Amino acid sequence: MAFTPPKETYSGKVYSITIGVGKRAVTFGGENVLPFHTLEGVAPNRPVIAHEIQDVPPSDWPENVQKPYEGASNDPVKWAKFCQDVLKAKAIALRLIGTHPDRENRLPEDAAKTVRDVLSAIDVPLIILGSNHAEKDASVLVAAAGAAKDNNCIIGKAQEANYKTIVAAAIANNHKLIAMSELDINLSKQLNILITQMGFDKERLITDPMCSALGYGLEYTYSVMERIRLAALAQNDLTMQPPMLGDIGMYVWKVKETQATETDVPQWGSAEERGITWEAVTAIALLIAGAELLIMRHPKAVEAVEKVIEELI
Amino acid sequence: MALTGVEIFKLLPKTNCKKCGFPTCLAFAMKLAQRQASLDLCPDVSEEAKQKLGEASAPPVRPITFGAGDRAIKMGEEAVLFRHDKRFVNPCAFALEIKDTLSDADINSKIEEVLNSEIERVGQKLRIDAIVLTDDSKDVGKFETAAKIVATKASEVPVIICTNNPQAAEAGVKLFVDKKPILYEADSANVESMTNIAKKYKATLGVKASASSASGGGGLDELSALTEKIKSLGIEDIVIDSGARKVRDILIDNTLIRRASIKKNFKPLGYPVITFAQRDDSLHETLIGAIGVAKYSSIIVLSSIEKWKNLALFTLRQNLYTDPQVPMQVEQKIYKIGEPTPDSPLLITTNFSLTYFIVSGEVENSKVPSYLAVMDCEGLSVLTAWAAGKFTAARIAQFIRESGVENQIKHRELVIPGYVAILSGAIEDKLEGWKVIVGPREANGIPAFLRLRAA
Ligand code: B12
Ligand code: SF4
Repeated sequence: MAFTPPKETYSGKVYSITIGVGKRAVTFGGENVLPFHTLEGVAPNRPVIAHEIQDVPPSDWPENVQKPYEGASNDPVKWAKFCQDVLKAKAIALRLIGTHPDRENRLPEDAAKTVRDVLSAIDVPLIILGSNHAEKDASVLVAAAGAAKDNNCIIGKAQEANYKTIVAAAIANNHKLIAMSELDINLSKQLNILITQMGFDKERLITDPMCSALGYGLEYTYSVMERIRLAALAQNDLTMQPPMLGDIGMYVWKVKETQATETDVPQWGSAEERGITWEAVTAIALLIAGAELLIMRHPKAVEAVEKVIEELI
Repeated sequence: MALTGVEIFKLLPKTNCKKCGFPTCLAFAMKLAQRQASLDLCPDVSEEAKQKLGEASAPPVRPITFGAGDRAIKMGEEAVLFRHDKRFVNPCAFALEIKDTLSDADINSKIEEVLNSEIERVGQKLRIDAIVLTDDSKDVGKFETAAKIVATKASEVPVIICTNNPQAAEAGVKLFVDKKPILYEADSANVESMTNIAKKYKATLGVKASASSASGGGGLDELSALTEKIKSLGIEDIVIDSGARKVRDILIDNTLIRRASIKKNFKPLGYPVITFAQRDDSLHETLIGAIGVAKYSSIIVLSSIEKWKNLALFTLRQNLYTDPQVPMQVEQKIYKIGEPTPDSPLLITTNFSLTYFIVSGEVENSKVPSYLAVMDCEGLSVLTAWAAGKFTAARIAQFIRESGVENQIKHRELVIPGYVAILSGAIEDKLEGWKVIVGPREANGIPAFLRLRAA
């Protein structure tokens, strides 16, 4: 029996999105095949990994992922420059976690200033994230979007509870937008529809179906991503064609496997390598499931994932 | 391609004699088509029909058992490309490569590592499943000596004898008769002699194609021809290797193999896949292995098995092979942790396995003997169950009352998870005489919390 390769061709295609301005702008998405299945179609852009930084020092991060940023992370501008110049980051994700009411409760104006300062120090694209407090994010992201006007950033995350103001701010200031829902393909589709009904161009949207860490619900994110990607390609569902985000770092670096010392859990081996591996394996799984944009923390995990991407394309 | 009920019906005796236990031949045919009955229930079926139906009703990926006894590994039987369609069936095996060029002491310590690799996670015991012995020395005598060490020191562990030299193959595989080893690699140059050796020693045969495919043909074409040849020579337990080593090619070949067997019922590639993930850099190797876990490998060969690496790969395999429809759950009951007395604290949580194992682990860490009330919430986590209306004040109150825990303890204090602090008033209303205490949000706060209360 002769073998004929059972290739699949799809009618749908993922939108490609360019962020940033000038020479350092990057583009991701644009493929008409499942991740890395380049034998049957095209994937013109490689996935992009953004390095995560935040507006306040990372005292809430585990020791092993604070260490690589020692001396830089006490100031967001220094931290951003360190990522760009020393770590060769292709994009930076600034999380305005200090604006959370249970944390430093920084004001929207403070956040806007941080955004302006960081933008003037770097020339790679910037992703601006709120603190995930739906109400506060509405005001913080409006101020931040204004401060970053025309820098072609990504702002996020717009959720069902707060999307209206954030979408308006993204439109007014020419940004791309992350739409996040909670691990449910139908909720994700519905939010994308609500956002485009406000006049937001669907080709400027990025879907975050919600991330989860290896061992802590990863399989849910994995399967929702696979289903979204298949809907986009095989069913040519236009509402499911934005590229997808895996916001990996914040989920990974709070689980026990990235924190427990080897003395506490000898059977788990070296804590430092375990943490890096946990983040890298989570990232690889989500790339294979369909993510085109990742936000990560540990430089060594980023490096390892980049090396595998190189081998996958 | 699988046959339809009507096509199967045409091959049956059509006497409606009911000996199969079904009212008519057609009813039986329908069950066969859905793979809910087995053909041998019909005593009168013709030889010709048996052969045709047997071919068509065999699972698209051949089931193979690798190894024997408690550590035997089931492979194959997969039926889908995506886990959201249906649960992936047989979790892939991880195998450690041991080179025969190592000193005896090093071989022994690698074997020890495999034997000590077991880790428990969410109630499952996970470990490195197999050993791959490779003939890097190209010296038959040396290979045989190494194989002897493996056969004595790791007699229970499934073994892959890895050589393309028939002499070395025979010297190695004969030490593992009755243990269902895998003999790898048969290729276009040695296929006949390797098949004969595998047959003689009842081994599964691992077959490798030469050229890896750049455009989708190449390796898989040759691989199909090789498996057909092996089958015609009388061996059906085969594992396949397209020859791909770069991860892009592994991903594409594994996908084409799975598609061909499942969507086209293409028999020559309907076998478990072996993936060689070895790299100089152990983290890189871990990530290549991770892609094998996600994308259809049945055996993944590793060059080192550090504890952190095993934990990550085991966890990924566990995640991707769970049933997407049914979360892993534990039984609803009052669990005793340590040796609690009637004065010991009582905590409550849901019956999602992950939640239960994390919480019970932390209660254990606290060294404070306790009762843990685990309530059936259809396997949902605390917050998910709460959001889904399954972990409510009324249901908690009912569960506590019906559990009989009131006869086991003297006090009337219930510790609830911090994330559902909002329930505390309502539970006190519904559970008369009880006091609700809000525990920490994250389980890792439990030891300090319990110790403080016990002090
Ligand atoms: C995976 C997941 C799912 C899976 C279900 C997995 C499962 N088996 O439960 C699916 C996709 C099915 C799902 C569905 C839903 N989900 Co959901 N889901 C999650 C997710 C990502 C992880 C949950 C998890 O596995 N956690 C891990 C376990 C171990 O956590 P846990 O049980 O809470 O236990 C911890 C603590 O509570 C504590 N603890 C536990 N017991 C005890 C006991 C004591 C005494 C103490 C002191 C501490 C303690 O220790 C544990 C570790 O620290 C969370 C978000 C997140 N990242 O947390 C959302 C989340 C729980 N889901 C949410 C929602 C709203 C839903 C849905 C209602 C809607 C939807 N989005 O589809 C549905 C409802 C399901 C239904 N059947 O109707 C919300 C809940 C929000 C809220 N506060 O109400 C969350 C928080 C998402 C969000 N908003 O960010 N979900
Ligand atoms: S036993 Fe065979 S012949 Fe008799 S009814 Fe069943 S299928 Fe038909």
